[in-house]
Amino acid sequence: MSAQSSPHPHASIARRKIAEALFKVLGLCSLAIAVGTLVLLFGALLFEGITRIDWQFLMSYPSRHAAQAGILSAWVGSTLIMLVTAVVGIPLGVAAAIYLEEYARKTWMTELIEVTVTNLAGVPSIIYGLLALGLFVYIMGLGESILVAGLTLALLTLPVVIVTTREAIRAIPVEIREAAYALGATKWQTLTHHVLPYSVAGILTGIILALSRAIGETAPLVTIGALTFIAFLPPAPVTTHPPYLSFDWLLSPFTVMPIQMFGWVSRPGEDFIGNAAAAGVLLVGMTLTMNGVAIYLRYRMRKQVSW
Amino acid sequence: MNQLDSPHPQDWPKSLKAETRALSFSYGSRLALKNLSIPVSEYQITALIGPSGCGKSTFLRCFNRMHDLYDGNRYEGEILLYPDSRNILASEVDPIEVRMRVAMVFQKPNPFPKSIYENVAYGLRVRGTTERQVLDEKVEQALRSAALWDEVKDRLPARATSLSGGQQQRLCIARALATDPEMLLLDEPTSALDPMATASIEELLLDLKSRVTILMVTHNMQQAARVSDWTAFMYLGELVEFGLTKQLFTTPSKKQTEDYITGRFG
Repeated sequence: MSAQSSPHPHASIARRKIAEALFKVLGLCSLAIAVGTLVLLFGALLFEGITRIDWQFLMSYPSRHAAQAGILSAWVGSTLIMLVTAVVGIPLGVAAAIYLEEYARKTWMTELIEVTVTNLAGVPSIIYGLLALGLFVYIMGLGESILVAGLTLALLTLPVVIVTTREAIRAIPVEIREAAYALGATKWQTLTHHVLPYSVAGILTGIILALSRAIGETAPLVTIGALTFIAFLPPAPVTTHPPYLSFDWLLSPFTVMPIQMFGWVSRPGEDFIGNAAAAGVLLVGMTLTMNGVAIYLRYRMRKQVSW
Repeated sequence: MNQLDSPHPQDWPKSLKAETRALSFSYGSRLALKNLSIPVSEYQITALIGPSGCGKSTFLRCFNRMHDLYDGNRYEGEILLYPDSRNILASEVDPIEVRMRVAMVFQKPNPFPKSIYENVAYGLRVRGTTERQVLDEKVEQALRSAALWDEVKDRLPARATSLSGGQQQRLCIARALATDPEMLLLDEPTSALDPMATASIEELLLDLKSRVTILMVTHNMQQAARVSDWTAFMYLGELVEFGLTKQLFTTPSKKQTEDYITGRFG
């Protein structure tokens, strides 16, 4: 029977366990390198920049003097662009995902669209910038504006929103859908009463992750003509005279946090490094906050919706 | 109606709620049901038995056009729903209309992750009922019919998923009954439940048949023998034998039926 097995089982076990121990060490090293690098980088950024972050820094325009410079135009620009991206990208992405998942018949056409959408998520962002430059700036004549920047980032986030929304929708068990249909619900009722409410946390998670990726994007915005030095704010969206709402800000030139940061980093001399680091800390903070919200939503969903 | 086709004309149900005529069904190119003509007796329980993959669930799901939800499925033949003799497979008949008349309970309890109340009220809400009083009344009635009222009356706003498996299945039955369907389809309703819960569901079905016609699939032959009035034995998508449950289980006319019910195969 045991002709093949070792005469000393303990030795054999010990030998086989060596591989396990080796892998443990290797895995720990990989983890240390990956996380350690990040922690070091962020630590250095924090060390350089934290002292620069104050009210003056948040509320000042860029300046030739490092100590007077601030990121007001950058964070306002980032916020407004995210607003446009969200308003355009979320409804389009979610609607496209719902259509593809629930309504589209499975033909070679929809297969092609599915593959394309998935691949679009991996297209380098600068390609989107080039597309936007040609389409929005030159052909549609929308200028190098907040609107164009928002639309560009909306295009960029679209594939991510579509893919994550579809996954969230697909996670709803078929039994739940069939239960609704069997009671005489229409497809639309099944969607709005069940599928979407049960998957909303997953969809939101995807949206937030997509937006948190978009907020750090630089390349496509440089391509469409973002400026690094803007010493004014876009026109206010609310006015004192009728109709009280103004959309002039959409066509205003812009800068965003990562571009402002890049502008400071690329200056000669040491003066602006602190500013760049401070902007970096704020940008990382914004992204981490968004991701934190996404994680919280996911946690809430797991707790609330169970079958 | 189709009495002349039956091997035992005297054993044909007297009053029909529904019947299939030459019903065939295919998933894409795979023929799953072959030329089935089976009657469903009104206010009685008809059980479908047969080994896994014989097409009994597929057959059941034709009665509320569940197959319409997926691409590539094709029906042939007719399912007539009485008293209006409507062919519910006809292309001009909206599947939603069919599902409003014929309710279904699934194999695994599948309550919505909503409150107990909202689960039962959902069929009514779909139909546009918003009046609180009507909803309250119907929900209570349905829960009573499903023998669940006493257990949940104090916690109607609680999550349906907090109920036990047997309670969840009775909730699903209540949900199906709330809209007063003409016919109730049950797809192995006790296969996910323990023996106690199974017994309570079986008892419930016997109570319900005075009010609603029941067509059920069961994997469990003893269950068919215990609760059903009529039994259809299917094998490989074909009807082998149909008859009174008592007769089919004691003196089957086909060798294949006898082999199956005595446990020689399946």
